Amino acid sequence: MVPSDLRYTNDHEWVRLEGDTATIGITQFAADQLGDIVFVELPDVGRSLDQFAAFGVVESVKAVSDLFAPLSGDVTATNPGLAASPESVNSDPYGEGWLVRIRIADADQLGELLDATAYDDLVAAG
Amino acid sequence: MTDLEEPALHSPLEARHAALGARSIAFAGWFMPVQYSGILDEHRAVRERAGLFDLSHMGELFVDGPEAGSALAAALICDPPSLAIGRAHYSMICAPDGGIIDDLIVYRLAEERFLVVANAGNASVVSDALAERLDGFAAVLDDRSLATGLVAIQGPRSREALAPLTDVDLSALRYYAIAEGEVAGVPALVARTGYTGEDGFEVFVDTARTGELWDVLLDATRAQGGVPVGLGARDTLRLEAGMPLYGNELDRMTNPYEAGLGRVVKLAKPGDFVGRLALEKVARDGPGRRLVGLVVEGRGIARHGYPIHVGERLAGQVTSGTQSPTRGVPIAMGYVAPGDAEPGTVVDIEIRAARVPAKVVDLPFYRRPG
Repeated sequence: MVPSDLRYTNDHEWVRLEGDTATIGITQFAADQLGDIVFVELPDVGRSLDQFAAFGVVESVKAVSDLFAPLSGDVTATNPGLAASPESVNSDPYGEGWLVRIRIADADQLGELLDATAYDDLVAAG
Repeated sequence: MTDLEEPALHSPLEARHAALGARSIAFAGWFMPVQYSGILDEHRAVRERAGLFDLSHMGELFVDGPEAGSALAAALICDPPSLAIGRAHYSMICAPDGGIIDDLIVYRLAEERFLVVANAGNASVVSDALAERLDGFAAVLDDRSLATGLVAIQGPRSREALAPLTDVDLSALRYYAIAEGEVAGVPALVARTGYTGEDGFEVFVDTARTGELWDVLLDATRAQGGVPVGLGARDTLRLEAGMPLYGNELDRMTNPYEAGLGRVVKLAKPGDFVGRLALEKVARDGPGRRLVGLVVEGRGIARHGYPIHVGERLAGQVTSGTQSPTRGVPIAMGYVAPGDAEPGTVVDIEIRAARVPAKVVDLPFYRRPG
């Protein structure tokens, strides 16, 4: 069971909303599928993201995978620890392995995301 | 997944890999483990201790007969008759235009008996080409790819792991040598070859007995602090060791000189061989492009197919790239124009939208200590 307080995309990103700040990462399932993550490419602070558009890249030893924004908004922070320790995305994807924070543009977009139950069903369906 | 996409060929160790929790993928028509505990963990185990690999997908082609050596000399770019019994050559089979059909290891097992080991994805192509090229010689091809299992143990502790289990004297078995004996009571060919840059051994046995061999070798590997290793770490290990992979660095459009492997073309051997004329011309004129090592100096990982630029000029293309687990930097191999191949040359690799600086370096990226 994935954390119940988060919302999820079909592309295996999660988002945690606190006020108008959203923290974004990838799910444990996505991290496990990618394998050992060795590189994360994130947008600069200030860039604006569009919901469901690609905003960065996460690379494992073998694979390159695009990151998609769960919500629209402006980037206010990127995880400073990932340059030195990208493996924290594998070991703690919902905590230390977060990717970016954004100031959201439209809270209504949350309705287009999956809740934990729906995301669990998506993963279970393969 | 439809039936058409199901790999047709299955390792005799498939159930064991599943029990070990391996993640497996379709590879060259086979269903093979890509990782068990994780690529980085497996990679480090091989560099520091030992790793056990299932290579049952490789092709094993035996060639027997009074003219086996001379037939192979005409078919391949190496000179098998010059091999001492029990020794091996890294070699290739080329097309008449000098393009590489596959890279191979050729072992001389006896005066009139050779073993040619081909890549899984090319095994049937090599088998067919050899059958055709051996025609007219007193030599018989026996394709035992499906009847032969292959398990490799690699790493600095591989000798300690294997030695108590075999009657083959491993301390007398040199690099690129092979001997017949038993391993864990199973009749085997034991070769001191590998694809990791470490000391190690490859053990050929009957498919039916591969399971019992694997079980004993896995215990011995673990006793040395080692782990089973999948195709993922096999790729990062060979890339650090600067070894080419067919389909990436080598293909039908590439000749051995471009790949920096001119030394394996035995132009001095007597007689004609397939590709001789074309390869003599490349040896004379120099290759049109060269395989180089690259270390990415900016942020990003260069991958297969990414363009390489020098200034505004397109200079070539990346063939393989990864984050080097041993060196902790992004490494790659790729082809560039001969004028851009000098170590120290600074190039730009196009990684998605960005141009990221990289430096041409000598291969390999990793050389084992001692």
